Amino acid sequence: MTSTVVIDPVTRIEGHAKVTILLNKGGSVKEARFQVTDFRGFEKFSEGRPFYEMPSITSRTCGICSVSHLLASTKACDEILAVSIPRTAILLRRLMHMGQIIQSHALSLFHLSSPDLLLGMDSNPAKRNIFGLIESRPDLARQGIRLRKFGQEIIECLAGKRIHPNEWVVPGGVKSPLTKEKAGKMLSGLPEALETTLATLSMFKNRLRNFTGDVENFGNFPTYYMGLVTPEGSLEHYDGEIRMIDPKGKIVSDHLDPKKYYEYIGEAVEPWSYMKFPYYKPLGYPKGTYRVGPLARLNIASQCGTPLADEELKQFRQMGENGIVQSTFLYHYARLVELLFCLEQTKEILDEPETYSDHVQARAYPNRNEGVGVAEAPRGTLIHHYKVDDQGRITWVNMIIATEHNNLAYNRAVTQVAKRYVKRKRLSEGMLNRVEAVIRAFDPCLSCATHAWGNMALDAQLFDSEGNLLDKLTR
Amino acid sequence: MEPAMKVRLATVWLSGCSGCHMSFLDQDERVIELAEKVHLVYSPLADVKIFPENVDVTLVEGTVANEEQEELLKQVRARTRILVSLGDCAVTGNVTGLRNTLNENVESVLGHAYIETVDANPQVPTDVPKLLEQAHPLHEAVNVDYFVPGCPPSADLIHYFLTELLAGRAPKMEGIAKYG
Repeated sequence: MTSTVVIDPVTRIEGHAKVTILLNKGGSVKEARFQVTDFRGFEKFSEGRPFYEMPSITSRTCGICSVSHLLASTKACDEILAVSIPRTAILLRRLMHMGQIIQSHALSLFHLSSPDLLLGMDSNPAKRNIFGLIESRPDLARQGIRLRKFGQEIIECLAGKRIHPNEWVVPGGVKSPLTKEKAGKMLSGLPEALETTLATLSMFKNRLRNFTGDVENFGNFPTYYMGLVTPEGSLEHYDGEIRMIDPKGKIVSDHLDPKKYYEYIGEAVEPWSYMKFPYYKPLGYPKGTYRVGPLARLNIASQCGTPLADEELKQFRQMGENGIVQSTFLYHYARLVELLFCLEQTKEILDEPETYSDHVQARAYPNRNEGVGVAEAPRGTLIHHYKVDDQGRITWVNMIIATEHNNLAYNRAVTQVAKRYVKRKRLSEGMLNRVEAVIRAFDPCLSCATHAWGNMALDAQLFDSEGNLLDKLTR
Repeated sequence: MEPAMKVRLATVWLSGCSGCHMSFLDQDERVIELAEKVHLVYSPLADVKIFPENVDVTLVEGTVANEEQEELLKQVRARTRILVSLGDCAVTGNVTGLRNTLNENVESVLGHAYIETVDANPQVPTDVPKLLEQAHPLHEAVNVDYFVPGCPPSADLIHYFLTELLAGRAPKMEGIAKYG
């Protein structure tokens, strides 16, 4: 018989989860489970709807990465139309996705995780949030808010709306071209965004020496890594091919067709979570643990492809053996490198003349009964797979969301942290927050992963192997 | 402003996409001004885990879709002076409520996700909060004082609503809030 500890809910993540820690008879940690406790059923209630409604419906999977869902969904719809979309539309969709990743990474770093990194993991929980940061570090809070705003304004400039901007991204391309006036507005915000990112990078690296224990114990273990890369192996967020590397950094599969994800990705279920467990099929379940997202993307990419990000990538690679960085804590670092890349890409796209062409949409009726759309969302590889009848009505849907790919890794990471910080059968506030912080480092988006969202009270309980209450902590 | 003078504000996420909370953050620098006037006592953005007593205003996003959410919402109502349905899911059920119109029960929706599209261990999870047969807008479960519609409500609308409320005036939503 084992004992259990529960953290409920896990806060300052985008979603609804709790952590249960199971103890052995001797009182040591046996395993920890990251449980997702809500479900909305998008895959079922979409059946019967016209395919062109899918972008606006599935964007509602998540209010944080709604643009990534819009793009994966419209890419699946492009496949159903069987059209080749204009290059300008691709450039504009890419630009919009840069805005998405910038705002999401800013949210993760400043609004959600910086209270841990700046105020301290053991600081007063009542102040350990963005409002506490506004009070104690107003300048920094303002910079973070403005960086997120910069990303959101790219989306708003293009689509007229920041969240669920589904009227502009449409199957076959985008609805309207970009004017020079709007581009000027985006360009004018770039220098400040870049300055904030560079200052945050340098502050993060300076503070890293205070967190050496956390770097070592924060889900620091070898796994496979997966993500999209360009045909040349560079960092990619909108299109490209799937690359899988092993824990030593060896490419085990390259140039995989993302549309055939089901040939190499399987999905499993456990009775204690609404979030499914994808695994790398050649290794089987549950051995086929791999990670996705910013850390994975930097590990798999041969290079970023922009000067500042590539310079920073060299330093990032020094944090791991053979250049492969395994510590989940360093997802934060990877997000900063990606922020640099996205800002550089934004500039490149805005400097490209073809971005301003009027040819932005290919029009067609459904010409295929199936479509798969794949993109790299802020948190990793996002897959939308639809089947339609001859009139284009949805008959079947499967979605694999960025956060789901990391599910096996979450459980390993949480177990590792619990083993380090749960001692002598007692709980401490700092321990609970560290277990949560490792999850926050992954930056899960559970509204996406379960196509659900919610919130509950925390009640951590520790039981001995006889079922007697040893310790209790609430806040 | 002294903490004791500040309005005690809470925000709650039930079954929804977080878009309404993101729109709240889309007030951008106005969030800094808001922090002058309110004390955030409970929120998914903060670490307090038990919904506190004596809350002045609570913004609730999402529908009531499982048993735990129903229980939490009742507790929120009992401890809040002004309870606000924030966004279309809370106001009408919206996208989260689309499952309500299916001619099938909860089991078949779960079966599609956890049995039909799965390669290993197909099974419907059991050690998780039980879903309600229907996803409900808030007012079907508790009394609601204000409704702020939109998917999501715009940052400007949320800002107008909070500004009026904090000034002690009743926000006039007619002509300002619209569908979509």
